[in-house]
Amino acid sequence: MNISNLLDCSVMSGGGASFGDKLADIGRELITIIINGLSVGGIYAMIALGYTMVYGIAKMLNFAHGDIIMVGAYAIYVVMLISNPIVAILCSIVVCILMGVLIEKVAYKPLRGASPLAVLITAIGVSYLLQSLAQIIFGSDPKFVVVYDFGAINILGVRIQVFTLVTLAVTVVVMVALTLFVKMTRIGRAMIAVSEDKGAAQLMGINVNNIITVTFAIGSSLAAVAGLFYLLKAPTVSNTLGAMPGIKAFTAAVIGGIGSIPGAMLGGLLLGFVECIAAKITVIAPYTDAIEFSILIIILLVRPTGFLGKKRREKV
Amino acid sequence: MALLEVKNLEVYYGVICALKGISFEVNRGEIVTLIGANGAGKTTTMQSVVGLIPKRGGQVLYNGKEITHTPCHKIVRLGMTQVPEGRRIFQELTVYENLLMGAYSVKDSSGFKNDIEAVYTRFPRLAERRNQIAGTLSGGEQQMLAMGRALMSHPDLLMLDEPSMGLSPLLVDQVFEIIKDINRDGTTILLVEQNAGKSLAISDRAYVLENGRIVLSGTGKELSESEMVRKAYLGG
Ligand SMILES: Nc1ncnc2c1ncn2[C@@H]1O[C@H](COP(=O)(O)OP(=O)(O)O)[C@@H](O)[C@H]1O
Ligand SMILES: [Mg+2]
Repeated sequence: MNISNLLDCSVMSGGGASFGDKLADIGRELITIIINGLSVGGIYAMIALGYTMVYGIAKMLNFAHGDIIMVGAYAIYVVMLISNPIVAILCSIVVCILMGVLIEKVAYKPLRGASPLAVLITAIGVSYLLQSLAQIIFGSDPKFVVVYDFGAINILGVRIQVFTLVTLAVTVVVMVALTLFVKMTRIGRAMIAVSEDKGAAQLMGINVNNIITVTFAIGSSLAAVAGLFYLLKAPTVSNTLGAMPGIKAFTAAVIGGIGSIPGAMLGGLLLGFVECIAAKITVIAPYTDAIEFSILIIILLVRPTGFLGKKRREKV
Repeated sequence: MALLEVKNLEVYYGVICALKGISFEVNRGEIVTLIGANGAGKTTTMQSVVGLIPKRGGQVLYNGKEITHTPCHKIVRLGMTQVPEGRRIFQELTVYENLLMGAYSVKDSSGFKNDIEAVYTRFPRLAERRNQIAGTLSGGEQQMLAMGRALMSHPDLLMLDEPSMGLSPLLVDQVFEIIKDINRDGTTILLVEQNAGKSLAISDRAYVLENGRIVLSGTGKELSESEMVRKAYLGG
């Protein structure tokens, strides 16, 4: 299932067939694709950031990251039963942060220094654990939850769901804030130092475990926001909600260059556009997933480190 | 009381014994050197003392306080800073940001401006290149940056692991001059070197490490005159 299939952002095409009308139609299609692409891509980027930051700093693939989205969506569902959307969103972020940090402490921290394969298998195990727990707690039928109905507006004759614009705006704000945080703050710089050289970072007095915890907390809070965006698009939660977006966002992170923050943004946007364009072309629409993963393979063949990934430097 | 006291330090890599129980001490104000061939265990000693590599046995005392099991990131705060082998500056950060990282452990940031000016005065090249990405510096400049970064934490004991490695003879001389200067300004130095001639010349005392054991110790002068050191490390 693709996010773009869920988008109701159709062009209100007129009946006329003149050249001018055709041109206007194409223009509207373009606006639709650009806005959808940015919004879907923004969500992928938001999730991809979690993968990429954890990879950059803890040097591991946190396969359970996608399932944090699901945890966040269920948290919103539960809190919405008794309270309002704002409280639900805040609770969801807190729950995701706690869950992310707990997973790191319980499952990954004991494996620090173990073989990457052992860590990867553990992460996959955690992913299934979360999905199964959700199924035990909430059952296997999807739950319905409308967080907030923003409605739709007309822009240049194109009907656009307002949540798409909200998603876009929040994504931009989050990306800018995160970039500033990493570049300008003491903890942010410590994150860069740890991602480059754990040993040297320790020699500077940086507590690597704390930095890893902060990284998981940030990644998980972004996943919570992604969970919210999903619910705005399609108001149902199931225990596999995060699986496919997780894999897609992971693909985005790898395409952009795993470990690179701007890379995650770029990869996310690229996948978002590919998905939205493919969804518009009837013949290839059913193969959207295959196309996205093919792009991953092709890019990795041409540029094994992704677009903005660093080449491995040899230690002197 | 010695500033740093290492007793019977044992370190293993898996089943391989890299340090077979070595003991040495560094007194306040001294320059002490560990010399030894490639693979003797010098880096293992430096990194296990600060907790970067786990110890199997032995004891490390700093200022009389047991720090054998103190995690590495806390050791800087005690006043012991290491310039690691291969410099390991943060390649993606600028020169200035690297120095900022060096001051990470300093709680009171009010002295930061003075500290960084002091580093720029000691290493004028770093001042010229303060906004350059550190990965683009030359080897000599990277060594200066690594030393400047370490000085930002106000060490009482500065540990340097092969600071002359890979540098041109002119730069090697410069590095040894700077080490002497830093020591004269009141910082105790523990130096590890393969360049035995130059390091013994500036050392108060030295130890010779061979295959994970200390086989000889004495003042810098004694060791540079010793038959064994001349044969093995000074080329006759
Ligand atoms: N990570 C490691 N794993 C296994 N053996 C190691 C490792 N690092 C060093 N050694 C071994 O420990 C011994 C001492 O190495 P080292 O302390 O680096 O020597 P030096 O710094 O004097 O050149 C050498 O025999 C080296 O092969
Ligand atoms: Mg060495």
